[in-house]
Amino acid sequence: MTVRAPLALLASRVRHEERRLIAALERHGASYEQVDTRTLHSGTGDLRWPVVLVREIGSVRARYAAWTLEAEGSRVLNSAQAIEVCGDKWRTSVALKAAGVTTPRTASAMTPEATLAALDELGYPAVLKPVMGSWGRLVTKLESRAQAATILEYVAALNGPQAHLGYVQEFVASHDRNIRVIVVGGEALGASYQVNPGWRTNMAWGARCFRCELTPDLAKLAVSAAEAVGAELAGVDIIEDPAGRRFVIEVNAGVEFTGFDQAHDDVDVADRIVEYTLAAVVDAC
Amino acid sequence: MTTSCPECAADVSFADRPQLSEVVECGDCHSELEVMTLDPLNLVLAPQVEEDWGE
Repeated sequence: MTVRAPLALLASRVRHEERRLIAALERHGASYEQVDTRTLHSGTGDLRWPVVLVREIGSVRARYAAWTLEAEGSRVLNSAQAIEVCGDKWRTSVALKAAGVTTPRTASAMTPEATLAALDELGYPAVLKPVMGSWGRLVTKLESRAQAATILEYVAALNGPQAHLGYVQEFVASHDRNIRVIVVGGEALGASYQVNPGWRTNMAWGARCFRCELTPDLAKLAVSAAEAVGAELAGVDIIEDPAGRRFVIEVNAGVEFTGFDQAHDDVDVADRIVEYTLAAVVDAC
Repeated sequence: MTTSCPECAADVSFADRPQLSEVVECGDCHSELEVMTLDPLNLVLAPQVEEDWGE
């Protein structure tokens, strides 16, 4: 068996975040191997790193790599289970509800017809989201039953049972912004507002980031959400209604923190992730 | 460090040490390029964004 470094950084695309992580690993003098996820194949018994930090941009590859590497005996951050749950809004909602974490009113439905019936109970406006989706793609604001019926007709015409699952939430007016809290090892590091003139506040849709005060209540909500889905490294997205009530909308296992970095010069997310990961290496070796 | 764009042959420069799998944009043709090898420094066209990419 090939002698491996004690840590693998798993990524097929090195973005701002991965560059920052690599710089932090080098500052710490860490022994690590940068592994391109696209090159992995199992079955040879040669995939053993004591710890693997998953930074794979593709959710399918991240999920399968994490399950495989855990089966080979690696400690994987985030765990395969956490990646699986965070990558699936339906399962995230189940986990958040079971843990008593506040979320917008949400309905999950097995068919487009059942989704329309669920919307009758939720009311309008509402938001339709793909159960498995990222960067806010295909997230649709539904203003009326007529509009919902038409869009769900399109959904019904999509191929595959997965595409027919419905995930709808009440629309929460949130001043065109959401709050991103970064959680590492059960500790909230800080918070930022993601602001976009439009209702989708993902960074991928051009949102800008501003510092947000991390109050104890906000930190507690974010940490509870990360724990609910089993994510040790998490970007927790929270929206706030005009009355100041906060709702968790999702937990990201492959947390992106470029915007957070722009809003903070006193929190080094990459460094904190690396410190947490290297502690896991010490435990594992 | 400088190499050439595989699409338009313009020079592509790196302010910091390039990393494997890093994605950069060609300043001339705006193609997204991926660092495929470091020694020698070799760029290829980066893969298109896939539907499951991102958080």
